[in-house]
Amino acid sequence: MSIIEAKGLTYTYPGASKQSLQEVSLTIEKGEFAILTGPSGCGKTTLCRCFNGLIPHFYAGELKGSLKVADQNIKEHTIGEMAKRVGLVFQNPENQLFALSVEKDVAFGLENLGMPREQMQERVDWALKMTGIEDLRERAPHELSGGQQQRVAIASVLAMQPDIIVFDEPTSFLDPLGAQRIFEVISDLNRKLGITVILVEHRLDLAAKYAGHVIIMDEGRIALDGEPREIFSSEQAWLLGVGIPKAVRLWRLLEESGIALKGVPISSDEATQHLKEVLWRR
Amino acid sequence: MATIEVNDIYFTYPTGVEALKGVSLTIRDGEFVAIMGQNGAGKTTLVKNFNGLLRPSKGKVLVDGVSTKDVSVAKLARTVGFVFQNPDHQLFSETVEEEIAFALRNFGFDAATVEKRVTWALNLLDLTDYRKTSPFMLSGGERKRVALASVLAWDPKVVILDEPTIGQDHRQKENLRQFIVQLNEQGKTVVIVTHDVEFVAECSPRVVLMREGMIIADGEAKRILTDTTLALEASIVPPQIAQIFHGLTFLGLPSDVIDVSEAKKILVEYARGSQG
Repeated sequence: MSIIEAKGLTYTYPGASKQSLQEVSLTIEKGEFAILTGPSGCGKTTLCRCFNGLIPHFYAGELKGSLKVADQNIKEHTIGEMAKRVGLVFQNPENQLFALSVEKDVAFGLENLGMPREQMQERVDWALKMTGIEDLRERAPHELSGGQQQRVAIASVLAMQPDIIVFDEPTSFLDPLGAQRIFEVISDLNRKLGITVILVEHRLDLAAKYAGHVIIMDEGRIALDGEPREIFSSEQAWLLGVGIPKAVRLWRLLEESGIALKGVPISSDEATQHLKEVLWRR
Repeated sequence: MATIEVNDIYFTYPTGVEALKGVSLTIRDGEFVAIMGQNGAGKTTLVKNFNGLLRPSKGKVLVDGVSTKDVSVAKLARTVGFVFQNPDHQLFSETVEEEIAFALRNFGFDAATVEKRVTWALNLLDLTDYRKTSPFMLSGGERKRVALASVLAWDPKVVILDEPTIGQDHRQKENLRQFIVQLNEQGKTVVIVTHDVEFVAECSPRVVLMREGMIIADGEAKRILTDTTLALEASIVPPQIAQIFHGLTFLGLPSDVIDVSEAKKILVEYARGSQG
């Protein structure tokens, strides 16, 4: 069952001469973990702004085509209505956090919905638990590490129990271990709760293995759309200059030298496994 | 003569946070160094001590043999240029051209030299078309290039780049890598602060690893990035190629491989060897 369905989506920002989205057609299934990538300025952020209705309700401009997100036509629902279904986590958590304690930050969105106190407490507890930050409840967000702050930002979005969460380069400011842990939290939300994840990301070495669907955009269009192994091993993806994972790069170099692996490895573990099989037999 | 000599420095912020706790380090003329480590390890604090933006609470930093405590930041900046993580902390002029000319005028270059240097720097960073554009009309990646151009324009001996790859797509990163390597080959000392393990694996500089205000390792990228114990201590994840080779050591393959071309070469040789 599809949760996002775009048909011929074309959008031009107010005053802009160029279309930022051109005839974008795309389907994302419920419960998928999709990576959205492509060169800077390719339209990724613009497309995400459509997913939660910021386009057309906040950004004016000209929108053509249709987009249904969680059974709602974005043109017919307000940003507030869309926000209950689609959560957004930004690159820099500092831009998203503002309350005096982690707990208050996570509760903020629920307070705005006018949720009864007891139910709200339950939701907050659940969101803190799912993101592994129960022990940070009383702490001030601004004194936490970048990785902890990003978890708070995720918990705040999760507390709203959205169907879809869009993550816009959520680990850019984090050290590699912190980044890996955030990807694990995101993957957990996807696998355990069935939340549909859309991850906007340039650095695919760490993230590729979690995804079941990769979408590459270029100049406002969908350039490639499909299964990660298929996409990353395709000639076109290499020509577009996106960050192909090193495991896939190695696979390709070996292939060119006459060493064929069993499949296209998307993570280091897979690459090691395939290499063991090929080299051990010799 | 060593360009930057850090002698057992301590640094405590006014808030009481002890960011550096006894750091010693020598960066020689023409070196390429990457400073890595977990969030809050003191990386940016350390490099800000290199050009007097911060001065140690205890200990000394010598730039070309002179203590940073005895020289003004303006004078130090002539030798040690600093490119901030967020270009918006650095840019303020109405046009790209003005932005680049600003520091040059402050350093007292005459008008003809300023003009020449501005043209040179615009060309170097592929910004000539944006000469009369406001920096704030540009994309994030372009603003980062303007910030870099404005520092390189005065030709400092040392260039420090704080998190240069954040927000850059794959192709921009590859251009940046080639550019940095070229600068270094032309004799400039380059220091980058970064979390980007794959970028470091591709540049292969000397790596200084920090944790909790101290240096815990210092050496070749190849050695540091493939040491799983060190990696864990410094919140680093080894590059993907290193992870792959870590699982193949039982075949007698080396474990210190970070480069994809080198990896291919070793695997092809192994396959041929075990065949014959």
